[in-house]
Amino acid sequence: MVKDQASEKQNIYKLLEQVCDPEIPVLSILDLGIVRDVILKENLLEIVITPTYTGCPAMDMIEVEIKAILQGNGYEKTIVKTILSPAWTTDWLTESGKEKLLAYGIVPPKGKAKGKRALFADADEIACPQCNSENTEMISQFGSTACKAQYRCKDCQEPFDYFKCH
Amino acid sequence: MDTSFAYILHLADNALILGQRLSEWCGHGPILEQDMAMTNISLDLVGQSRSLFQLAGELEGKGRSEDDLAFMRVEIDYKNCLLAEQPNGDFAKTILRQFFYDAFSFHNYTALLQSSNEQVRAIAEKSLKEVTYHLKWSSEWVIRLVDGTEESLLRMKTALLELWTFTGELYTPVDYEIKAAESGLGVDFDKIKTLWLEEVNKVFDMAGIKVPVGGWMQKGGKKGIHTEHLGFLLADMQYLQRTYPGQKW
Ligand SMILES: [Zn+2]
Repeated sequence: MVKDQASEKQNIYKLLEQVCDPEIPVLSILDLGIVRDVILKENLLEIVITPTYTGCPAMDMIEVEIKAILQGNGYEKTIVKTILSPAWTTDWLTESGKEKLLAYGIVPPKGKAKGKRALFADADEIACPQCNSENTEMISQFGSTACKAQYRCKDCQEPFDYFKCH
Repeated sequence: MDTSFAYILHLADNALILGQRLSEWCGHGPILEQDMAMTNISLDLVGQSRSLFQLAGELEGKGRSEDDLAFMRVEIDYKNCLLAEQPNGDFAKTILRQFFYDAFSFHNYTALLQSSNEQVRAIAEKSLKEVTYHLKWSSEWVIRLVDGTEESLLRMKTALLELWTFTGELYTPVDYEIKAAESGLGVDFDKIKTLWLEEVNKVFDMAGIKVPVGGWMQKGGKKGIHTEHLGFLLADMQYLQRTYPGQKW
């Protein structure tokens, strides 16, 4: 019985692997580390997720997609519960998720997330995803989505996104 | 009205109204990167307000959704601070308004990590990570603009004259905040006032400008008595839901 539940959970995680972040479609929600728990109850499946940022517009869509894929695979009663604590951190990105990000042209977070209050602090030294040069500069700590910062390579001149530590 | 509902609603309104205000910069920022910074911050604020509205709706227990609370109330029912609804003005005024609010919000959320309410603690933990970025951004811009050109300094001084009168309300509690502090749900405003003034003085010192001494402080927003600017903001924000109730995208 216990073993059955374990293999069923594994099956559910495989299904969840197919749900992608609509803003960074190379990442699954498992890569992102936003799936916090899968709870199997009698006739009810509960998926617990946490948002990357409170205003992340992708969360509603992710919830809809989770339900769609699970209901399409026999889990008629699926609920998606959102929790805020513990707060999501880039430390939860999987290693394969980081590799996928880099291949996609977004530099994955470097190092561990830490509180950053120091004013005009030196930006993280990030290598250019195009030419690997370390001669880059941060343009803005805010990027095209809440989770990214904007950088520019001073050698090849390409701008690029950095998935900032959070 | 239940005081814990009123207290959470006030926090939600602060975030929503400032988020809406700031979003007016979308496509109008002085440079692309700062346009994106402001819209990012705006999105975070609206996101924070959603969590708070959901909690407020639960506390009220009348089945009102986050959208009902955000879009279907009238002006006098909004409890945001007057600072949040002030027009954007120029970039200097927007920066200074943001800095005053971020300095408050940072210390307020830090204090709320100790709230007696578990959901409030969770929202504070999550929001604090975002507000830390906001405060860093607005602090750096205050310093750049004050310590910039003659023109940028002049604009910051003008912004300071216009906005200072709205800062007292941030740390002056009204009845539901006093009740919330007593029950452990809310924060101790004496501490918030001290921390806010320290934060502002620290950044102003680095920038090379002083806070005005004395002066009349406006109040009323937390009790629903607003400046004329809120009505126009709400007309814009509520138009779609008022015209097509329940409309979704
Ligand atoms: Zn390069």
